[in-house]
Amino acid sequence: MGEAVHEVTVDRRGLLSWMPALTVGAFMLPIGAGLIGTLLPAFGYLPAIGGSEFGLDPWRRLFAYPGFATSVTVTLVTGVVTALLAVGIAFGFCAWAHDWRWFRRIGAWLAPILSTPHSAIAIGFAFLVAPSGWIARALSPWLTGWVLPPDIATVHDPRGLALVFGLLLKEVPYLVLMIVGALQQVPARQHLAIAHALGYSRAAAWIKVILPQIYPQIRLPVYAVIAFSLSVVDVALILGPSNPPPLAVLAVRWFTDADIQFYFPAAAAATLLLVLVIAVIAGWFALERVAMTTGRRWIARGGRRGVVAAGARAAAFGFGGLFVLSVLAIVGMGVWSFATEWRFPDAWPPALSLANWMRRLDGLAHPAWITFVVGVLATAIALALVLSCLENESRGRRRTGTGALWLLYVPLLVPQVAFLFGGQVLLVRANFDGTIVAVVWAHLIFVLPYLFLSLADPWRAFDPRYARTAASLGASPARVFWRIKLPILLRPVLIASAVAFAVSVGQYLATVFAGNGRVATLTTDAVTLAAGADRRVIGAYALAQAIFPLVAYIGAAVLPALLYARRRAIAGVS
Amino acid sequence: MPVRALAAILVALAVPFAAAAQDFKWSGIVVKAKGQTVNFNAWAGDETTNAFIRWVGEEVGKRYGVKVNHVKLKDTAEAVTRVVAEKAAGRHQDGTVDLVWINGPNFLAMKQQALLFGPFTQLLPNHARVDTTNIRSNVIDFTVPVDGMESPWRRAQIVFVYDGKRVREVPRSVPELLAWAKGHPGRLTHPSIRNFLGSTFLKQALYELAPDAAVLQRPATDDNFAAVTAPMWAWYDELRPHLWRQGRQLPENGPAQRQLLNDGEIDMMISFNPAEAAVAIHAGLLPDSVRTFVFARGTIGNTSFVAIPYNAANKEGAMVVADFLLDPATQAHAQDFRQMGNFSVLDFGKLSAAERKRFDNLPKSPALPTNAELGTTLLEPHPTWMTRIANEWEKRYTK
Repeated sequence: MGEAVHEVTVDRRGLLSWMPALTVGAFMLPIGAGLIGTLLPAFGYLPAIGGSEFGLDPWRRLFAYPGFATSVTVTLVTGVVTALLAVGIAFGFCAWAHDWRWFRRIGAWLAPILSTPHSAIAIGFAFLVAPSGWIARALSPWLTGWVLPPDIATVHDPRGLALVFGLLLKEVPYLVLMIVGALQQVPARQHLAIAHALGYSRAAAWIKVILPQIYPQIRLPVYAVIAFSLSVVDVALILGPSNPPPLAVLAVRWFTDADIQFYFPAAAAATLLLVLVIAVIAGWFALERVAMTTGRRWIARGGRRGVVAAGARAAAFGFGGLFVLSVLAIVGMGVWSFATEWRFPDAWPPALSLANWMRRLDGLAHPAWITFVVGVLATAIALALVLSCLENESRGRRRTGTGALWLLYVPLLVPQVAFLFGGQVLLVRANFDGTIVAVVWAHLIFVLPYLFLSLADPWRAFDPRYARTAASLGASPARVFWRIKLPILLRPVLIASAVAFAVSVGQYLATVFAGNGRVATLTTDAVTLAAGADRRVIGAYALAQAIFPLVAYIGAAVLPALLYARRRAIAGVS
Repeated sequence: MPVRALAAILVALAVPFAAAAQDFKWSGIVVKAKGQTVNFNAWAGDETTNAFIRWVGEEVGKRYGVKVNHVKLKDTAEAVTRVVAEKAAGRHQDGTVDLVWINGPNFLAMKQQALLFGPFTQLLPNHARVDTTNIRSNVIDFTVPVDGMESPWRRAQIVFVYDGKRVREVPRSVPELLAWAKGHPGRLTHPSIRNFLGSTFLKQALYELAPDAAVLQRPATDDNFAAVTAPMWAWYDELRPHLWRQGRQLPENGPAQRQLLNDGEIDMMISFNPAEAAVAIHAGLLPDSVRTFVFARGTIGNTSFVAIPYNAANKEGAMVVADFLLDPATQAHAQDFRQMGNFSVLDFGKLSAAERKRFDNLPKSPALPTNAELGTTLLEPHPTWMTRIANEWEKRYTK
């Protein structure tokens, strides 16, 4: 019986079977074309601006930049330190927290932070830790004795510490969420119970028994964190060193220089960044091998307690600290947006008012509308593509292999600067730049993978017996999809859409380049303003940036309950 | 004699005729402009200017049916790059930049590469009232003749803004500024040299310290650059360790620097807007104890312009906006420190009494310097000095 149904569905696939190719093409083509568009000028070839011969001159110019060595060092150090700390804190925290009851619902706690764009949190963080910032204000002068802010470099510090912290605020929660997801795929509880019975401490049991099982599943997210930390532009602009800046910022600075000839060293810098990302990920991969062999011996030795517990506790503290900082960062910007004036060392503004919002509403309305339209379009297109891929997969009973997973991660592993510039040249050629459509497409590159990754597991976990029952009652596959699957899976579909929408809202570089500077979203405006405008205005933008995705999340959480008020089983109360 | 008389008659006839022709042309432009959306590429780091541009958009919308889309730039060079890229891609029409706020090196770059539309200023009715005799920067932009290829809209002159609560004696010269910084380590900074205000800080020092400032009006050469700038670098080497963060970190631009003054991290700052202190107090961006001073031997001043790229899609709309910016009512609105506080580019002698009155009725503030207090305006050096200074600075201090 089951077999018969299966055959019928296979025959009806048709158009659907093309969807995976279309989906992969939608983001792989621009990335591939963009990479070529960056690689050619990196070796001197771009006839449109006089580069007609291949050569190494762009590289010579890159190496001759006075701050080149420092820039590369800062890039590598901040990137690698961020990745190490993020992984350490995320693992340690999970080892410490895994058996608390609230841990299972940590996703809901982290959603506000995860949905807030990087740049908004970075802007808030900059105000928190500046020598004249909120923390210093709260402690001055009664504790510190500072009547004037001290002359210490915190934000934009030459070593990039502020940048590392700013990145951790978002990367750690992201990894924790990935770990929580992976945990559901292994019989963690039983294994931990056995380990406890054998006398292992909570943290040691988790690190030694669970971590090795789930690591393969979070390897790609870890690589994505590495790539992101090495190549981030917006957070680096807000928090990173500026003279010289990290390589990615340097590349952007040169790409936008008035002297078009800087395009060549800029392309070289972007290419070098790509090489660095590959090298660091390769190095990490090698470290994984070493860790595996030594780790196996370490686990086999059978230590029950030791440093693991202390390390996990420290990581949990770190996690808690980051969580508090993130919340304060957003709250601080919120307070600023209502402040009339607010100067050092006042811990709180002397007066709050709505005047600022009233004044800014006009200016905010347009970028907010664009943000919304682009986000909704990108999410809707991505959702249609992903759903058809998943439906195609379930009808064909063919699971997407690990190869496809790697493909999905390509946009998250390749530095954005390395392909967005080349892509922009193509868009200008096609007379297509600066349009909403171009921006939506550029966002799609990043929205698609996230949507797929968040929806694939719940979709695949769908109990096929529902579909079979419906089919045996005479329902066509399409009817099964619309009437059975979609309603039952509405909750994960909405959550994945909220994730996708949040990803779109947060896009900086993709918007700047595809929009050719003419399509302004809340995020591009906020980053432009963060260079030094009125904090009350920045606060309003940062808060608006944070609210948008949050509303989407709340909607995704509340909507199924409202729609299915009478059908609690479908509403996903489970 | 009869020839002369004939000539006089001809001139008398021709003048109204020419004016009529111009009127006709202008009304044609206004008709064509209706319904156009002007992509106004303007540096967007300053909220009061952004608000002013929004206001301009509303006004020309009401008056001419022209929409203004403020394309917010972090650096004017971005707009230049875009036009260059469009030219490279062969897009000689329907370009995406219609109007750009520009001057100095960016104007020189666009003029040299023939990226500008014009001359067009003779077509703008309000341009006739621009002060072209006393304000020389209205016709000579960083030593480069304007030639009608850009239209002025706001004036700038270097001033220093300080917190009167913390600073008692203000330095009145470049050497005195060094002495003050030594006495107050970490309390002075300047914007990044990549920003025009940062390089202007060094240019101002160069003006006073160069053996002969007259050479600055000609392009810098490999032969004279080192010798002319040597005293300035010596001065800066001495100053740098006493700057905020020992000069190793600099605010990205003027507003970022102002934020530092507001946060109490520094005590004084350079600005290009003589009304900066008054504007910022009014907007709640600086404490009301800030005041303004200039150097005794004068400070550099320049004019901001708007230009139209050669491939702009909406040239008529762009001209309508450029003309609106020169309207006496607009200029008075811009000079109000509750708006932008920019000193006007117009010749008050060419205004009617009613128009002049708009300026006389503007509010006063103790933070606002008078024209007398502003002293001598020094002409901008040739753009090559700025470019070379920025490159040399990067070589010396980026490590």
